[in-house]
Amino acid sequence: MNTRWACNIVAMIVAWCFAPGEGLALDVGGQAPAFVLPTSLGDTVSLEKLRGRVVYIDFWASWCAPCRRSFPWMNEMQQRYGDRDLTIIAINVDKRREDADRFLRQYPASFAIVFDAAGTTPGAYDVQAMPSSYVVDRNGRIAAIELGYRDESASKLDAKIRMLIEARP
Amino acid sequence: MTTHPTDGPSAGCPTGRQTHGMRIAYRYALILLAMAIAGCATLAPPKPWEKGSLARPEMQLDADPLGGKIDQHIYTSKEAAAGGYGAGGGGCGCN
Repeated sequence: MNTRWACNIVAMIVAWCFAPGEGLALDVGGQAPAFVLPTSLGDTVSLEKLRGRVVYIDFWASWCAPCRRSFPWMNEMQQRYGDRDLTIIAINVDKRREDADRFLRQYPASFAIVFDAAGTTPGAYDVQAMPSSYVVDRNGRIAAIELGYRDESASKLDAKIRMLIEARP
Repeated sequence: MTTHPTDGPSAGCPTGRQTHGMRIAYRYALILLAMAIAGCATLAPPKPWEKGSLARPEMQLDADPLGGKIDQHIYTSKEAAAGGYGAGGGGCGCN
């Protein structure tokens, strides 16, 4: 009898351990969650208003080491495709704005920087790593998700962006 | 051969059989233990974008990066093995 009880309790603990968390991971092909976030200039960037353009969304923070390498790459992408319907939005998730500003002085960005210290947008996108990037197609659907930043993946992302830009609606 | 009078199953010491009350108390204790363990599961770890404070230099286990590097070098040469300490990334969970 006691053994049966012990088995039941162990089973309950195991079930709790494997219970799904509250996060809902986004999938490629799904709609990118909408957001309206402020820039440093006081205006806002809205994903909805960018419908019809290819959007590259990057979640970054000043304390994230690979972000130091992703910024020059994003500058390069902006230069290459900026006038060909690509919009890069880098969403900063630092709690302290001065940390972000210090990073930006060191690694200047030629693309849109917006701020979400509350973490609402990374929560909506269920960001799994820092940095995380989402390539959004002209219809607002997620075409690619990249966790972290690796030089070897950058060329694949470049090809994906180019393909989406050239696939005119 | 002589046997001691207290040997055998009919010895006078307790047999280990639990009373009904003890069994119930044991079950409740197990349930409480299970609930206590499960309670810890609700303490969710910080999300990847919430690790800014953890990435601060003063939060590192290794207070002196240069000293740590030398220690690591000595350890590697003594053990003839390397790795398992992860790579940089400031706790971002990406490496």
